[in-house]
Amino acid sequence: MRYLLLIASSEAEEAEMTPEAMGEILEGYGRFGAELEGAGAHLESARLQPAAAATTVRVRDGRLVTTDGPFAETKEALGGFYLVEAPDLDAAIAWAAKIPSATYGSVEVRPLWEEADFEKPAGDLAR
Amino acid sequence: MTAPDDPRAVVEAVFREEHGLLLAALIRRCGDFERAEEALQEALAVALERWPTDGVPARPAAWVLGTARHRLIDGLRREFARPGKEAAVARPELDPAARRASEPDEVDAFPPEDDRLRLLFTCCHPALAREAQTALVLSALGGLTTREIARAFLVSEATMAQRLVRAKRKIRQAGIPFRVPAAEQLAERLVVVLRVGYLVFNEGYAASEGVALLRAGLCDEAIRLARLLVELLPDEPEARGLLALLLLQHARRDARTAPDGGLVRLRDQDRARWDRAAIDEGRALLEGALRSGRAGPYQVQAAIAAVHADAEDAASTDWPQVVRLYDVLVRLEPSPVVALNRAVAVAMASGPEAGLAALEPAERSGALDDYLYLHATRADLLRQAGRAAEARAAYERALALVTNGAERAFLERRLAELGE
Repeated sequence: MRYLLLIASSEAEEAEMTPEAMGEILEGYGRFGAELEGAGAHLESARLQPAAAATTVRVRDGRLVTTDGPFAETKEALGGFYLVEAPDLDAAIAWAAKIPSATYGSVEVRPLWEEADFEKPAGDLAR
Repeated sequence: MTAPDDPRAVVEAVFREEHGLLLAALIRRCGDFERAEEALQEALAVALERWPTDGVPARPAAWVLGTARHRLIDGLRREFARPGKEAAVARPELDPAARRASEPDEVDAFPPEDDRLRLLFTCCHPALAREAQTALVLSALGGLTTREIARAFLVSEATMAQRLVRAKRKIRQAGIPFRVPAAEQLAERLVVVLRVGYLVFNEGYAASEGVALLRAGLCDEAIRLARLLVELLPDEPEARGLLALLLLQHARRDARTAPDGGLVRLRDQDRARWDRAAIDEGRALLEGALRSGRAGPYQVQAAIAAVHADAEDAASTDWPQVVRLYDVLVRLEPSPVVALNRAVAVAMASGPEAGLAALEPAERSGALDDYLYLHATRADLLRQAGRAAEARAAYERALALVTNGAERAFLERRLAELGE
């Protein structure tokens, strides 16, 4: 299965980190990426520009509405993601736990819709 | 009681007693919780339809499993026969689910390999909501109906049905595995499994539905699960502690219900009717666990049960020792319910007024406002203290919350005695 590991952390907290602490985190990311790659689990990943660089787009009654900032203003902002291939949720959780930001922020583990899921209507279980 | 060969009774018995074993075997086959459950339900429906005319088969559970397996295979074949699945039909060996489901050598094997522990860890996965975990275990391994589980959780049947559906959907969508977790995840996962095992036992010990105070089937199921855990994790003292606790409590089962079905309290029980073999086994397990030097809440609770088992009667029980053990338990696991049980021990050691004083923190928390046993305990202590008017009000409060017939009869008897 494919899982998206969404990394959220407090940008304010990161801004206050010493260069040494930030350097350690970045080194951790380097090691994590290499391990992921080595295991053949890495599909895609990216680090995002700060939430201040975000623009949110909505179309209402045919009219384009753009606003400054992310979906919702929260203490923790989306900072990056990994798309991984993992046999099951436990394996995905194990990868998520190795992401350096998990030690001070949080990582949301979201399975992707796979081809097999499209064959079952989402409501079929509630019948 | 229905006759043992009454087909409906046999189907119900299979549903209750073999549910976990059958469901786990079917999940291993098809890799899908809901599909397995559907096949099992269908097989039971077929049994209900056929057995009254064809007669009950010699091995009912084996028959149900065989029928459910055929349903699974039929279902998978239908799926692969659909447009867009031609490739899989041509080469079914490429599809693991189809391959597993059509392996013929296993079809009539009964009993199947015991996969209940995997099922238990799946149901107790921390990615599932806490409230869903116990409900799933009671449904999947306990064979309880949604209605019974809803009653145990004090929610409507519709709410519980929705909760179970959502949990099963998450198991599939999130890819929660059907297996015992790896060593590095085991400790975290075990805490949840132990707690759920304990709650299943409690559900059996004080069944919320009907007048049967003790539904031995559920208690046996919890004990069986705890035994499996001890066997699988011999170095885990809390697994031993849980099994010891369940055995020591279950040892009292025959003395706990009066001939008329009424509840007999611990202090009034005929201790000659306690199951000595179960007590000895529980005590031995507890001693083994304590030697590890890693105490935990289940070991402490088992130690409390062992103090009771040591005493000839309630009066000669070492109540100060019980209070000391509760002090340890309050530190390990602070909760209003533990505080309530501690207050009962304090009352036995130092009298009803001391017990009422010890009850105050639990009352003040407000968390137990709708908890039957808080009001039943208060009522009893007030009665012992000779505060009849307050006792009456507390009994009425308890009666408004009671759902178990035997407990209701007990409380009504007490209230009537007060009025005289």
